[in-house]
Amino acid sequence: MKYTHRAVIAAVLAAGLFAAPAAAQQKLKIGFISTFSGPGGIIGQDMKNSVELALDHLNRKVGGLETEIIYGDDQQKPDVGKQVSDEMVKKHHVNFVAGIIWSNVMLAVAPSVTGAGTLMIGTNAGPHQMSGELCNERYFTTSWQNDQTPEAMGKYMSDQGLNDVYLMAPNYAAGKDMLTGFKRTFKGRIAGEVYTTVNQPDYQAEIAQLRAKNPKAVMVFYPGGMGINFLKQYSQAGLRGQFPLYSVFTVDELTLPALKHTALGQYETRIWSPDLKNPANEKFVGDYKKKYGKLPSFYGAQSYDGIMLIDSAVRAVKGNLADQKGMIAAMRKANFHSVRGKFAFGHNHTPIQNFYLLKAVAGPTPGGDPVMEIQKTVFANYKDSYEQKCKMKW
Amino acid sequence: MNLVLIAEQTLNGLQLGVMLFLMAAGLTLIFGIMNLVNLAHGSLYMVGAYLATWFTQATGSWPLGVLLALGGTLLVGMAVELVALRNLYERDHLDQVLATFGLILFFNELVAILWGRSSIYSSLPGYLIGHVELGGGLRYPLYRLVIIGAGLATAAGLWYVVARTRLGMLIRAGASNRGMVAALGINIRLLYTVVFGFGAALAGLAGLLAGPIYAVQPGMGEQILIQVFVVIVIGGIGSIRGALAGALIVGVVDTLGRAFLKPALAEIFTQSVADAAGPALASMLIYLLMAAVLAFRPAGLFPAAR
Repeated sequence: MKYTHRAVIAAVLAAGLFAAPAAAQQKLKIGFISTFSGPGGIIGQDMKNSVELALDHLNRKVGGLETEIIYGDDQQKPDVGKQVSDEMVKKHHVNFVAGIIWSNVMLAVAPSVTGAGTLMIGTNAGPHQMSGELCNERYFTTSWQNDQTPEAMGKYMSDQGLNDVYLMAPNYAAGKDMLTGFKRTFKGRIAGEVYTTVNQPDYQAEIAQLRAKNPKAVMVFYPGGMGINFLKQYSQAGLRGQFPLYSVFTVDELTLPALKHTALGQYETRIWSPDLKNPANEKFVGDYKKKYGKLPSFYGAQSYDGIMLIDSAVRAVKGNLADQKGMIAAMRKANFHSVRGKFAFGHNHTPIQNFYLLKAVAGPTPGGDPVMEIQKTVFANYKDSYEQKCKMKW
Repeated sequence: MNLVLIAEQTLNGLQLGVMLFLMAAGLTLIFGIMNLVNLAHGSLYMVGAYLATWFTQATGSWPLGVLLALGGTLLVGMAVELVALRNLYERDHLDQVLATFGLILFFNELVAILWGRSSIYSSLPGYLIGHVELGGGLRYPLYRLVIIGAGLATAAGLWYVVARTRLGMLIRAGASNRGMVAALGINIRLLYTVVFGFGAALAGLAGLLAGPIYAVQPGMGEQILIQVFVVIVIGGIGSIRGALAGALIVGVVDTLGRAFLKPALAEIFTQSVADAAGPALASMLIYLLMAAVLAFRPAGLFPAAR
């Protein structure tokens, strides 16, 4: 009895030993982390939709390999994000970790993933540390560095000759980066700068303070549900006509359905918009609309690109996932059809890309529900401001 | 600092306080009478907001939508009590917390299935948009005044029901000795169901008032629930008077802190200290207040008479 037992175990082990290398070569595992529950859940769903669409476009084979995607919910909490990523890296042995919406979550996840020898592809959050002193050869981002988008807005508002601008953002890593970026390129006076609690629902007190300061314009960063709350209350306070409002990452395809005409005329800056003209984007937006019946957002676009970047890397090494150096070298070329058009990676693995001015205009539907539309290019092939702090050479 | 701004911010604080009171009253009533910790109270707030938005769009009338939503939340509350919570009264608080936390997940998913994960569109009826001149150059949004009015009217109505009616007498009796009430031939189970439905309707009222000004989305209840717990701890758990006092204190302290703490710190220290410490301290203020109340009056400001 005892011996048969042992023999069986030995046989299983032996079979395992022979099977293991073949399996490891053939299957690509990607861990995708985003926020799938709570108020941020809508963003995670858009990212997941786009990942699934990318898989459809690749016939469910990223880089020609059979692909398994494991989704993880970070609940918008850094500690939960780290737990989820640890599990993906240590238990599931994923080849890539991708995703992440929030900068504070990214700062907890990315160093531990790359430290464990796994590749990390950020598809939204762009904390300045990751483009600067914490840059890493195993970390790439298909989005932007936080400061850049408000830098474009600062440039545009300066060019408009605006002065006495009042700034507002939630009090966390990205909020600080956003206002820092804005102040880097904005040449006029700042009338006030206010940080609010993350996910605070009511802004009436801050809006009263704002009105008392009597600024010439207002610039805010309120992603997700915070933006809906803020914009509703801002226009209910009758300030829309009084102080022109500009924003970054506040009005997008996810918040527009809840805002409708409240958002009309709103200016944003961004690297991507559904109406951006290039074949990859037309395919992405068209098929997304067909599959999900609505427009994708930039969160989704960047996530779609993330999967395509991984695809390009795995193809370049002909499916040899053990060749991490080869995959890093391939990704540095950004050799894939990005939905934002051609771009290059800076030596800190942050994209050098265009930033556009967008405006919410009445859309083609009978009700005229607003859509985002590109107005002009603010920056062409624009680099982030932290590249010098990154010691990586290639 | 000008007086008009201080007056306006005080009104803002009052409005937040009234909103918190509507939530806290139901929560504290349920805790005081049934000894039930209901974490899912925020879900009933969300249900109220969704139902009001939905009924308003379906009927095309805001008052009708509000009435239907109020009735709807009452029914949802009673159904939850009958199906899920009835079995938990005799269990300890940890079991109740676990079960009602499960209800939060259930309601968030249910709402996401029915209406989608994204915020749904909700707006004010045209006649409630605009501002009212309150004299001295103070203009205040009409709808926020409606919230204050509705909240204070509810507080008065609650006081009347609890202090002057037979139902209120039973509620008070049930809170102090439920065995005795049952022995006197009162159907205590039915009473509990009614009280729970009543508390749910109050949360629903807060939610439907919040719908037009906040994002109506899954999980919206949890954002306000933490502050509501702070309110009932400060006011004294189980006491409606405490809930009112606690809510108004928390509303005003939180609002004034957010508005004036940073400028005040800048006067005392430097601007950079104020920039760094102001927002952090302002968001901690109500918790510091709660800690202070717990230290000096552990049972809260107006402990329920037992």
